[in-house]
Amino acid sequence: MGLLEAIILAVLAASTPLLLAAAGELVTERAGVLNLGVEGMMIMGAACGFAGAYFTGSTIVGAVCGILAGVGMSAVFAWLTLGLAVNQVAAGLALTILGVGMSGLIGAGFVGERITAVPQLWLPVLTDLPFVGRILFGQNALVYGSIALVIGIWYFLYRTRAGLVLRAVGDNHASAHALGYPVLTIRTFAVLFGGACAGLGGAYLPLAYTPFFISGMTAGRGWIALALVVFASWMPGRLVAGAYLFGAVTILQLHAQGAGFGIPSQLMTALPYLATILVLIVISRTRGTIGSAAPASLGLVFVPDR
Amino acid sequence: MRKILIAATTAALTFAAGSLSAGAAEKLKIGLVYLGPVGDFGWTYQHEVGRREMVKVLGDKIETTYLENVNEGPDSERAIEQLARTGHKLIFTTSFGYMDPTLKVAKKFPKTFFEHSTGFKRAENVGTYSGRFYEGRYIQGQIAAKMSKKGVIGYIGSFPIPEVISGINATMIGAQSINPDIKVKIIWVNTWFDPGKEADAAKALVDQGVDIIMQHTDSPAAMQIAESRGIYAFGQDSDMIKFGPKAQLTAIVNNWAPYYVQQAKLAMDGKWKSGDTWQGLKDKMVMMAPYTNMPDDVKKLATETEAAITSGKLHVFKCPVVGQDGKPIECKGGQNLDDGQILSMNYYVKGVDDKVPGK
Repeated sequence: MGLLEAIILAVLAASTPLLLAAAGELVTERAGVLNLGVEGMMIMGAACGFAGAYFTGSTIVGAVCGILAGVGMSAVFAWLTLGLAVNQVAAGLALTILGVGMSGLIGAGFVGERITAVPQLWLPVLTDLPFVGRILFGQNALVYGSIALVIGIWYFLYRTRAGLVLRAVGDNHASAHALGYPVLTIRTFAVLFGGACAGLGGAYLPLAYTPFFISGMTAGRGWIALALVVFASWMPGRLVAGAYLFGAVTILQLHAQGAGFGIPSQLMTALPYLATILVLIVISRTRGTIGSAAPASLGLVFVPDR
Repeated sequence: MRKILIAATTAALTFAAGSLSAGAAEKLKIGLVYLGPVGDFGWTYQHEVGRREMVKVLGDKIETTYLENVNEGPDSERAIEQLARTGHKLIFTTSFGYMDPTLKVAKKFPKTFFEHSTGFKRAENVGTYSGRFYEGRYIQGQIAAKMSKKGVIGYIGSFPIPEVISGINATMIGAQSINPDIKVKIIWVNTWFDPGKEADAAKALVDQGVDIIMQHTDSPAAMQIAESRGIYAFGQDSDMIKFGPKAQLTAIVNNWAPYYVQQAKLAMDGKWKSGDTWQGLKDKMVMMAPYTNMPDDVKKLATETEAAITSGKLHVFKCPVVGQDGKPIECKGGQNLDDGQILSMNYYVKGVDDKVPGK
C-alpha cells in the first residue's frame, strides 16, 4: 500500500463521523432550528452504540442503538425548544452537558472492554484493483453510507416538494405557517433526523474507528460538525468537500510531523476553524453573490398563533 | 427557562460527580479529585485503582469520596474546598493544574492534609508525589531497539512539556545503548485524550514505515491500531494488554495504590507529614507490565535493566548526557543529572532528529 493511498484511506475514515453528524445538523438548521447539542448527541450515540454492539455482538444493532440514542436526545431538545419555546442556544448547550455526563454513566460499565469493529467491505475483483480498489470498494459501509446520505439530503432538499417546504419553514416560518404548513411538526422531524445522524456519527467512533468506549471519546467532534455546517454555507455539496478538507488537514498535519517538516502542529490543528471564520467573513462581505443558504429564521423561536 | 437550565445543570453535575460514602463518625474521611472520568482507562483510572486499594486494605476505618471530571483552575478550588468543608481530613488532588487551588484551600484548612500529584509547591499540610516514569521509558527504549527491524520508533506525544520530553530522551538513551543509529519519529497530537486522533497519529506513523509505537497519551487507541496492523506497541498508564494481546511489549503502569494506603495509615495514626515523594521502579510507584510478545533474550535484557535501575546501579540520565548539538549537558547531580534538571528538561538529546515545538 502506497503512502498516498494510506493517507486517502485515513482521511476517509477520519472524515466520516464529521460528515454524518454535520449532514444531520444541516437538515435541522435548514428547517430553522439551531441545535448546539451535537456533541452531546454524538457521545450518547457512541455510548449506546457500543453498549448495543457489546451485548448483542452485532455492529448493526450497535448502529441502530446509536441512532436511537441520538433520536432520544434530540426528542428532548425538540420538546424543549419547539414544545416549550425555550431558547435554542441554551437548550443545545444543556443537551451537550447532559449527554457528556450521561454517556459517562452508561459507559462506566464498559471500561476496558472491546468489540469487533465493523468489517471493511470486500468485493471480488473490485477491491483488489490497484490503488482505487481499497479506496472505492474497501472501506466499511458507513464511509460510503455517509456520502449516500448527503446525496439523499441534497435530492430531498432541492428536488422534492417536502424539501422545498422544509427550506421555506427555515427561511420564513411566519409565511410558511400562513400558507398552512405545520411549522412545528416539520421542525420536529428535522430535529429528530439531525439527532439520528449525530447518534450514528457518534456510534461510528466505537463501532468502526477505535473499537472501545471511553467517556468523552468524541473529543469535540460535535463542535467541528457544527463549524462544518457554517463552513459549507448550509449546502450539501460543500459539506462533503468541507468534511474531507477538515479530515485531510488533521491527517496531513500528523503525516507532516512524522515526516519531519517543520510545520507547527498547533497551527495546523487550528486551520479548520480559521477556515470557518474566513468563510463567515466571505459570506457576510459578499452576501448573495457567492451563494450562501443561511436559513433566515435560524435559531428564532416560533410560537404559532392559534 | 432558568428552571430548566438549573435542572439540566444539576442533572449533569449529578452524573459527572460520582460519590461514594458510608456512615459512622470516627472514620477517616478521604477525598480525591480527578481530572478525567474514572473510566478513561489511563491516568484517572489508575488513581481510582489506588482509592479502591485503600478501601480494600483499610476497610471500614475510612470513608472515601471522589469527584471526577473536575476542570483545572477555579472549578477545582471549589471542589477541593467542598471536600475539606465536609470533613475530609486527607485529600488527594491528582492533576498538575490543581497545584495553586490546593495550596489556597490548604491555607484555609490547616488541620486537613493534602496530597498533590505531579506538582512542585508544598506547604505544612501539602505534600507532593509523582512517579519517575522516565525509568520505564529507558527499558522500553532498549526493547524497541531490539525489536524494531527498521530501527525507527514512532512516538505519539501529548504536549511538549518536560515530563513528556524527558520520556522521549530516556527512550532514546535506552535505545542508543543497543543501537546507536536508532531513529525516532515524533508526532504531537496536542491533547492528552482524543482516541480518534491518537489512532490517526498511530496510523500515520505506521504508514510512514514505523514498526514500533510508543505513546505518551492516555487512551488505548494507538495500541489497538498496532494490534490491527500487526506491529508492536507499549502501553501507557495502565496495562493495555487487553487492547493489544499480540502487540503490547510491556507498559508503564502508574501504581499509586501502595502510596495511598501508606499515607492514609499515617494520617490515621496522626503521623502524616508534608513531603516530596518522587518514586520509580524501586518503590514500585512505577511498574512494568509483564514483558510479552518478545524473544527470551530481549525479555532477559529488559528484566536485567529493570533490576539495575531498581537497585540504583543504573541511572537513566547518567552523565555525560549529550545534547542535540553534540555538547554534554551540565552535570549538576555529580554522576548524573539532578532531579531539578530532569523535571525541567526542555531539549532533546543527541540522535533525536527533530526539534522541540516552539523552540
